[in-house]
Amino acid sequence: MYPDNYGYTKEHEWVLAEGDQGTIGITLHAQSELGDIVYVDLPKIGAKIQQNSTFGSVESVKAVSDIYAPVSGEIVAINELLSTAPEKLNADPHGEAWLVKVKLSDPAELKGLMSAADYQAYIGA
Amino acid sequence: MSEALLTTPLHSVHRSLGAKMVDFGGWDMPVQYKGILDEHKAVRAAAGLFDVSHMGEIVIRGPQALDLVNWISSNDAAKLKDGQIQYSGLLYGHGGFVDDILVHRVSAEEFFICVNASNQDKDFAHIQSLNRFEASVENAGSRYAQLAIQGPHALAICQQLTPIELAPIRYYWFCDGDFAGVPARIARTGYTGEDGFEVYVDPSAAVHVWNKIMTLGALPCGLGARNTLRLEAKMTLYGHEIDASITPLEADLAWIVKFDKPDFVGKAALLKQRDAGLTRKLAGFEMRGRGIGRDGYEISIAGQKAGWVTSGGPAPTLNKNIGLCYLPIEKAVAGQAIEIIVRQQPVAAEVVPTPFYKRAK
Repeated sequence: MYPDNYGYTKEHEWVLAEGDQGTIGITLHAQSELGDIVYVDLPKIGAKIQQNSTFGSVESVKAVSDIYAPVSGEIVAINELLSTAPEKLNADPHGEAWLVKVKLSDPAELKGLMSAADYQAYIGA
Repeated sequence: MSEALLTTPLHSVHRSLGAKMVDFGGWDMPVQYKGILDEHKAVRAAAGLFDVSHMGEIVIRGPQALDLVNWISSNDAAKLKDGQIQYSGLLYGHGGFVDDILVHRVSAEEFFICVNASNQDKDFAHIQSLNRFEASVENAGSRYAQLAIQGPHALAICQQLTPIELAPIRYYWFCDGDFAGVPARIARTGYTGEDGFEVYVDPSAAVHVWNKIMTLGALPCGLGARNTLRLEAKMTLYGHEIDASITPLEADLAWIVKFDKPDFVGKAALLKQRDAGLTRKLAGFEMRGRGIGRDGYEISIAGQKAGWVTSGGPAPTLNKNIGLCYLPIEKAVAGQAIEIIVRQQPVAAEVVPTPFYKRAK
């Protein structure tokens, strides 16, 4: 359920690193806690994000939740699907409903993230 | 968690249905089962079932029961007939809300008052402190479980559970009788903007009654959907639209203040406020820009701080982002452009007429 090749944060984001690029999303657990997601606010391409700082938000029917950057870098793509179909984040948060892709500015940051096993232990799954 | 949360008689049922539970004013309550959107839509299109056993009940009895009720509430309880219900304000002397309440007239000498869960002890103490009449006041919350069946199918579902003919019971009337085989108080009231019933039973019967209603097709709904439903219908929530610092006149609830009835707690202050003119008022808004105004967000007009959001969020029936807010009286008019500060960024919104949603008669 939690891909082994992703790194995870305590704030419930994931990142998949491929070369110097990282794809960022929120976890299955995060979407479940949020409930029906109705709006996703993301930065623009070219924006720089900083590890552990907020860079966007996800709104469910009942609440708004900040998204924290699992790694630092520059936004090179945002998932346009989410502007028209935010509910996809409930359906496929680890796949189709990724949030942004970044050019990693400090790949060493990846080492500090949780493994899939650690994350599942963290959320008590 | 410093103190154990209070639970209703249906707590284990919620758990077994897989509900997500939250601390709601000290009560461990279901916020949702499968999802707020599905639950919201079920109530608008079919029927939903809510456990609202956390709500409090206060019973006032005695030869002067009416005098006490009319002294502590802003609406005119003398207008009620046996079996009739009235929405009213329980106010402080300065005109602010202790709570908003539903007054049920059982008989000339017995009034049954439904109050907000987290306010019931405060309300009880408040009423007792004002009791200079030949009347008794009972804090009866622990004697009742309360289930709400709401939606266009509510009547048909409830009718299968009682020999009482329910169709003739009008909105804001109630009767006492058998429901699912147990004694019940069946009221045609609700907090969703739909037709429906609120049924009061002994806590020991709650699980039995719940299961009977569920079997007939009402979808279990949590407090999340209850909140989106009541917001669309512009029904106030204590702690949001109303509290000790807000008067009924400001909350757009002048209709529950009857200046022409005998004196009541808060009357002098409200008269003074009315004569001086209101400075702020509750208004509805719709988001125009991308973003959702949430409870507590600041509102500005032309860069100046102008008010705050009392309740805000998506309106699933309307497919819009809506909310209620306090604004200066001259700005609380439909068409007024406002800005809601969403995480440091002003987002455009507009004052609109309320309620946002009204069911077809």
